[in-house]
Amino acid sequence: MIGTQVHRFDVVIVGGGGAGLMAALQTSGQANVAVLSKLYPSRSHTGAAQGGIGAALGNLEEDHWEWHMFDTVKGSDYLADQDAVEIMCRDAIDTVYELEHNGLPFNRTPDGKIDQRRFGGHTRNFGEAPVRRACYAADRTGHMILQTLYQQCIKRQVTFFNEFHVLDLIIADGRAAGVVAWNIQSGGLHIFHAKAVIIATGGFGRIFKVTSNALAGTGDGVALALRRGIPLEDMEFYQFHPTGMYRLGVLITEGARGEGGFLLNGKGERFMERYAPTLKDLAPRDIISRCMHTEIREGRGINGEDYLYLDLRHLGREVIETKLPDITEFVRVYFGLDPVTDLIPVQPTAHYAMGGIPTDLDGRVVLDEQNTPLPGLYAAGECACVSVHGANRLGTNSLVDIIVFGRRAGRDALRYIQTADLPPLPRDAADEARAEIEHFLSGEGSEPVAVVREDLRTTMMDLASIVRTEQGLTECLSRIHQLRERYRRTRPMDRGQVFNTDLLETIEVGYMIDLSEALVVSALARTESRGAHYREDFPERNDQEWLKHTLAYRRNGKFELRYKPVRITRFEPKARVY
Amino acid sequence: MARANARRVVTLEIQRFNPEIDSAPHQQSFQVEADPSDRVLDLLNRIKWFQDGTLAFRRSCGQGICGSDAMCINGRNRLACKVLVKNLGEHISVRPLPGFRVIKDLVVDLRPFFQHYIEVMPYLINDERPPATERLQSPEERARYDDTTKCILCAACTGACPPFWANGRFIGPAALVNAHRFIFDSRDRGRAERLAILNQRFGAWGCRDVGNCTEACPRGIQIQDAIDQCKRAILAELT
Repeated sequence: MIGTQVHRFDVVIVGGGGAGLMAALQTSGQANVAVLSKLYPSRSHTGAAQGGIGAALGNLEEDHWEWHMFDTVKGSDYLADQDAVEIMCRDAIDTVYELEHNGLPFNRTPDGKIDQRRFGGHTRNFGEAPVRRACYAADRTGHMILQTLYQQCIKRQVTFFNEFHVLDLIIADGRAAGVVAWNIQSGGLHIFHAKAVIIATGGFGRIFKVTSNALAGTGDGVALALRRGIPLEDMEFYQFHPTGMYRLGVLITEGARGEGGFLLNGKGERFMERYAPTLKDLAPRDIISRCMHTEIREGRGINGEDYLYLDLRHLGREVIETKLPDITEFVRVYFGLDPVTDLIPVQPTAHYAMGGIPTDLDGRVVLDEQNTPLPGLYAAGECACVSVHGANRLGTNSLVDIIVFGRRAGRDALRYIQTADLPPLPRDAADEARAEIEHFLSGEGSEPVAVVREDLRTTMMDLASIVRTEQGLTECLSRIHQLRERYRRTRPMDRGQVFNTDLLETIEVGYMIDLSEALVVSALARTESRGAHYREDFPERNDQEWLKHTLAYRRNGKFELRYKPVRITRFEPKARVY
Repeated sequence: MARANARRVVTLEIQRFNPEIDSAPHQQSFQVEADPSDRVLDLLNRIKWFQDGTLAFRRSCGQGICGSDAMCINGRNRLACKVLVKNLGEHISVRPLPGFRVIKDLVVDLRPFFQHYIEVMPYLINDERPPATERLQSPEERARYDDTTKCILCAACTGACPPFWANGRFIGPAALVNAHRFIFDSRDRGRAERLAILNQRFGAWGCRDVGNCTEACPRGIQIQDAIDQCKRAILAELT
């Protein structure tokens, strides 16, 4: 019999990465707050971010948040909501200073200011030339941000529930009422009854076979929102980062190209000069990934195979070892190569979800085209879609996103709980979660869940990744339905209570299947190409019909798509050339 | 990148312990296929996914940055995702990190580890009103504490430390590394407070200069050197 414990808080935050911790810092000391993580917070994937956090400080050259905003909107292929982008780019500046005041060890200029470097898609004067906007800490900016935020949470004595895996959202009378979670260390269900819930569970790159994402990146919060009737926005827009280490998925930061590195094909040609004459290897990621895909498909991969080379040799040992130490180590440890003397094998790698749980500018989860909020429910970070990244995200903007909107969500949740009362806890709050656990802990399994999972990942990589067609997506959807049937018949081998990660990995595959389906359904419907979503059968951007956000609902197992307008304020959509 | 070697079979001997069934830990052998580029984590996953789902271990990023999968591999504490199988030979022993209570298989109780980390006040202390922009710090000042900013709290060092094994009250190398990170950060004003915490029998003086910590650190932090700097700072503060 699975026990259930009930805890009561004002605010429950699910996810201990940058967005979750930022939200926690806003609320700590002023409300009864708990942060749940299925890991320890310092293990969160924020820590893997390398290149930098974008903010128009202007420490090395003139810069303005308006330029950052333009770059972001253009980079989004004009799908981003511009009022949200404005807030993000404005707030980025003070937020970066605040991080520094909290101890973040940024690299420094000779006169002691935060150092900044070039990054893909970031320009001065509305696209004139690359600008040094990425504030960085060696090539482990994410690690430093995560550590600094975690340190601040310790200082303020934030309450953590580590190794608690979220299994369900509790919505009662149309309001958020808490979450249901599984205690990984000892087993058992825990209900966290709360006035407000902030979902900050990150992305879902694991649905693709080749990904930069941690094994934990299975999109738990996003899938739960979908299951609870909340639409998912812009799921078809999934970014592939150009330079993942071949077959490993480990990323070589875009910062390497920011320092001057470039890509070569099998003919030794610096091919990005052909595709993007101005920005070349610093063009936005979706463009470079597509170009790489084309080079490989047209037989110009290295030795005709499915990878290309990243050339850093000309940067010199000094620059490589001081500015890119972590990626130097990756390449040495995993490939036995030295970036100082060798070319690095790379391939486009599933990296970032532009879409997710729709929110307004204050992180409140919204339910429809009118942005009607669901009281008490919030989302921030990669799991959310505000939308600041639209159809494609610029490098360094994810770290800005999580900090700015994690903070805003935390602030609004604090405001909300002052007047909201604790909603009644439904008697059956944990029933579905319990039923799911009991389903998987009993009976015989038909095949290892790992086989179903790997089939899903291969299917998504082959049919729904960088280049999509109607035929491919339709086939993909059909396979997903079959995979779901197979999935329900799998069982974990481990039937115990203590640290049963077999059970939890099985639950995660269910989330992955749901998110894959939402992505493919959305992609099938969008008969245009925009940003990271490329349809070979509809290769042009079509603002006339498609300048809008997708909202994917799932009701009774069936998907329904609706659309909402893009909010345009300063920058009229133009052709996106670099 | 053609595969130089074909897949080969290796034997993993793993320390198992299931508190729901076992009264004591025991060894279990697994035969598993290995690609030349596999890490130990890849083998553990292969065993878990296709042979024995009950095998429990922590992991997340798979690229040596999150610190989840520190364990004792062939007698040395390392991150399973950074150890290449081809460097290990055909018999690989895997045990949980020494010095910590085992929860299950390769999962240990890290609460004492994090408790010690919290004891050194691992956060910037500076109540002076900050400027509107960034506090200034020269590149030299920044370099002073660069090494110890790399810590990912994996516990490989503390788990390799004989004084810590002998007495868990010793705060251990990782806590000292994180104390160093702030003591030598020019922006921090908590130096005196922190040095007082370190100036105790189970603070910095619990360190016996064994040096296992430096060897174990997957981030290459010169831990012993950092601890020695802390000790010198304590003495300088006292005199």
